Amino acid sequence: MATEVLPRLKGKRHRLERPELLAPAGNLEKLKYAVHYGADAVYIGGQKYGLRSNADNFTFDEMREGVEFAARYGAKVFVATNIYAHNEDIEGLEDYLRELEAAGIAAIIAADPLIVETAMRVSPKLEVHLSTQQSTLNWQAVQFWKNEGLPRVVLGRETSLEQIAEIKANVDIEIEAFIHGAMCSSFSGRCVLSNHFTDRDSNRGGCCQSCRWKYDLHVPEQGAVDEEDLFTMGSKDLCMIEHMPALIESGVDSFKIEGRMKSLHYVATVVNAYRQAIDTYFENPDSYELNPAWVEEINKAANRPLNTGFFFDTPGAEDHIYEAEDKAAPYDFAGVVMDYDPATGWATIQQRNHFKPGQEIEFFGPEGFFKQIVGELTDDQGEPLNAARHPLQLVRLRTEHPVRPMDMMRKRINK
Amino acid sequence: MSKRTELLCTAASLDELERLIAAGADAFVIGETRYGMRLAGEFSEAQIAAAVAMAKPRGVRIYVSINNLIENERLPELPGYIDTLAAAGVDAIVFGDPAVLMTVRASHPELGLHWNAEMTSTNYATANFWGRRGATRFVVARELNMDQIVEMKQHTELQVEVQVHGMTNIYHSKRYLLQSYADHNRTTKPADLPPGQLVTGKDQGLFLMEAERPEERFPIFEDSNGTHVMSSDDICMLENLHELLEAGIDSLKIDGFMKSTIYNETVVRAYRQAIDAYYADPAGYQFDEAALEPIQALQDPDRELSFGFFYKEQVY
Ligand code: SF4
Repeated sequence: MATEVLPRLKGKRHRLERPELLAPAGNLEKLKYAVHYGADAVYIGGQKYGLRSNADNFTFDEMREGVEFAARYGAKVFVATNIYAHNEDIEGLEDYLRELEAAGIAAIIAADPLIVETAMRVSPKLEVHLSTQQSTLNWQAVQFWKNEGLPRVVLGRETSLEQIAEIKANVDIEIEAFIHGAMCSSFSGRCVLSNHFTDRDSNRGGCCQSCRWKYDLHVPEQGAVDEEDLFTMGSKDLCMIEHMPALIESGVDSFKIEGRMKSLHYVATVVNAYRQAIDTYFENPDSYELNPAWVEEINKAANRPLNTGFFFDTPGAEDHIYEAEDKAAPYDFAGVVMDYDPATGWATIQQRNHFKPGQEIEFFGPEGFFKQIVGELTDDQGEPLNAARHPLQLVRLRTEHPVRPMDMMRKRINK
Repeated sequence: MSKRTELLCTAASLDELERLIAAGADAFVIGETRYGMRLAGEFSEAQIAAAVAMAKPRGVRIYVSINNLIENERLPELPGYIDTLAAAGVDAIVFGDPAVLMTVRASHPELGLHWNAEMTSTNYATANFWGRRGATRFVVARELNMDQIVEMKQHTELQVEVQVHGMTNIYHSKRYLLQSYADHNRTTKPADLPPGQLVTGKDQGLFLMEAERPEERFPIFEDSNGTHVMSSDDICMLENLHELLEAGIDSLKIDGFMKSTIYNETVVRAYRQAIDAYYADPAGYQFDEAALEPIQALQDPDRELSFGFFYKEQVY
């Protein structure tokens, strides 16, 4: 992780407006949890035109339900339509966009001018946000998209905080930036490794993470540089939790978390940490201090080593993953709270992973967290159990502190 | 007959440019790495002017590439660079970033504007979008197939450019991945790579091999624009060139990037002959198998000549 701290950007000490916290949601359940844990907006994929062709994407009905749920929290739903379309994708686009508009979607995230332009014409209530897939890095390009009528640009992940501040100083437009999660190590949209290796089109969602495969670097006449310690194009994951004041003061309007393929536990944990950091900053910017618990929380969900991307400097040797990727998160998602009876102190839990009496578990929710040992365990009829074995099974146990529906339970992985 | 299809080439130097004009090139893309990506060679502003002076009298066109992914810091010098190119008499600017489009439109609307966003120019509606904003030509992504290319041409007024020969870029990162690897290697196993030993430029011949693909070599290099990985095969469409000519594609590009002048000369000559033979008698045109032989004789045995994505179906 970069150790350097950016000097406070000149003239911009505090900002008054809270940036939006934008979270990924791979399905309806994740959407609900992301919003419940504090996301101001979520982005999802529909059945077409998105770059995660194998995520369990939303139907229009699910979108409507998601929009309704989010509205109760004052949150918005965006849909990623971020492919680079081919000729044959043009047909059907207009209907698709009208359906999104009718479902109450607030914005689409688009890269291809075809989609940008079509949306403006056929679905005027949908905002169009320019996707990071356009790799927009300079303020004149941002100005171009503003002139086209776009209210927001998601910058390329290669922009530094200083460059972002300069873009904000030159163009009056919303800027969205990725602040957490996995990253393409290439410029977005500028990698067709998967096309060449497997005939899968990465710019239409077919990427098979070829950048993380095994490569030898060869020097002519000399052979491979090192056959054990391989070359890599794989990057560590982005994490800006330790640099929130710099990020907030650079003027970024929307803080985006990557991960439509990530678990419910991951989304809730990461959103929760950033929500608390942002709120703490705005309570009193002068007394803001990093709470080590936020970093710990994020590490409980992270499945790769973390770094700060391009925000402070161009990534170097320490920002790439050379060794086999074995850093699995030290905690596993174990269950979600469905109900709690304050009279008895017993909670009803929906099982998401095997757990049993005697095991150390943690409960957490938007209000905080605590650890305890699993004591007596029963099924939902009160019959004693020696383990919660079945996915989605309803079980009951006594919690040491009150819990609320949608709180989560995780267990430490015993290595 | 309508306008003839242009044979477009790259050039690594003024000398190569002159030889490729003699071999039959109609137009060139040149430039310098400060502004353009993956260029065959470096042309300073003075050399660009010299190239125009050499090309113009022979009816050959010069296009200059400003298709880098541009950061704020580069913006202030763009108008001056474009003024210089216009004064030198270049015919068109190749761009990917809207900042370049806006600058050219504002100061030199007479210049052609070739939209080349590499992997992301994938459909005709998008081409037409850039056309309405001022682009005069669009360069088709290398990952499209023949049917898609032909369909594009039918749905756009813009000139259409297609790469027909040479290697293509398959990965571009701003990260200095080779330097990072060398630094990493130096700390873990100092014996492997004494300091300064890994030279990472495009002329060093470095390549990657993927564990499951022992037959393929992917050239890799670094420059001021980051790290570039190139395809392990070279496109060669000579055999089926008439399909593109019949479709009325406006420009066929031979990319001589990382190739010797003698190789490029041979390739240009072969394509020139095929194009001329086609136009001499479009209906009776037959591909002459022997035309491939001089290219095959000079082809790097580790690099297959292929049809690229022209006849492939991709999934996603
Ligand atoms: S292979 Fe890697 S760099 Fe390329 S598109 Fe996929 S994730 Fe991004």
